[in-house]
Amino acid sequence: MKVSDLVEKFNLIVFSGNNGLENEISGGYVSDLLSDVMGNAGEGEVWITLQTHQNVMAVASLKDLAAVILVKGFEPETETLNKSNEEGIPILGTRWGTFETVGKLYNFLQED
Amino acid sequence: MELVFEIEGGDFTSAGNASSKIKKVLKQLNIDSKTIKRIVIAVYEAEVNIVAHAKKGILKASIGSHFIEVKLTDKGPGIEDVEKAMEAGFSTASKQVREMGFGAGMGLPNIKKNVDELDIISEMGKGTLVKFKNYF
Ligand SMILES: Nc1ncnc2c1ncn2[C@@H]1O[C@H](COP(=O)(O)OP(=O)(O)O)[C@@H](O)[C@H]1O
Ligand SMILES: [Mg+2]
Repeated sequence: MKVSDLVEKFNLIVFSGNNGLENEISGGYVSDLLSDVMGNAGEGEVWITLQTHQNVMAVASLKDLAAVILVKGFEPETETLNKSNEEGIPILGTRWGTFETVGKLYNFLQED
Repeated sequence: MELVFEIEGGDFTSAGNASSKIKKVLKQLNIDSKTIKRIVIAVYEAEVNIVAHAKKGILKASIGSHFIEVKLTDKGPGIEDVEKAMEAGFSTASKQVREMGFGAGMGLPNIKKNVDELDIISEMGKGTLVKFKNYF
């Protein structure tokens, strides 16, 4: 499964990082604590969060994540967008809250 | 090989620069990816701790054929009780820092879990030395 498959299936907003839309997805991780993601997320996972500042991209890049999904209509800050484009790690967005987002994604990824 | 980085306290925009550079260098040296992942976690957390808790610091990484040693020295408040600071969940981070998703008290535990050797020496009112080593 690719990041673009998620975008298409759930009609996610693509804020940035279009050059990473073909990144392969290995799973997902949900957390708003950066150390938690740093310590526990796996390579190729999509990170679901409500954090929007640029340190999110530093972590996403260090962990080789596939994409970041911002929930509840949150939008990335400008520096975050720039970093996402540089790193080729897309930032996606949805109006759904975390619970709904993760439920849908989880089931979809299981079908794969 | 020796790499040196200056870290500015309070400057969250540059947090991750040293770990990102070190990750690239280790990749070029063909170190196995599991080992790189562990080192990157430790370096990032140690870097962020200077940004979040100290005034300024220097990170020195020495890379040999079979190890990396990372030394971070900072000027800052120091750590009152290192053993307590190592406990999961212990944090003195400000509310603002917590809202950014830092300050969960998982940094030092993350470091400990991912390095082969760790030393922390701290003096109240002066600063802190965090030193760790991983073998390839
Ligand atoms: N370089 C440092 N200078 C001063 N205090 C530090 C430093 N590193 C860690 N600490 C202290 O140790 C605590 C625990 O650190 P850590 O486990 O990384 O959690 P966090 O950074 O999320 O608070 C910090 O809240 C702080 O009180
Ligand atoms: Mg910390």
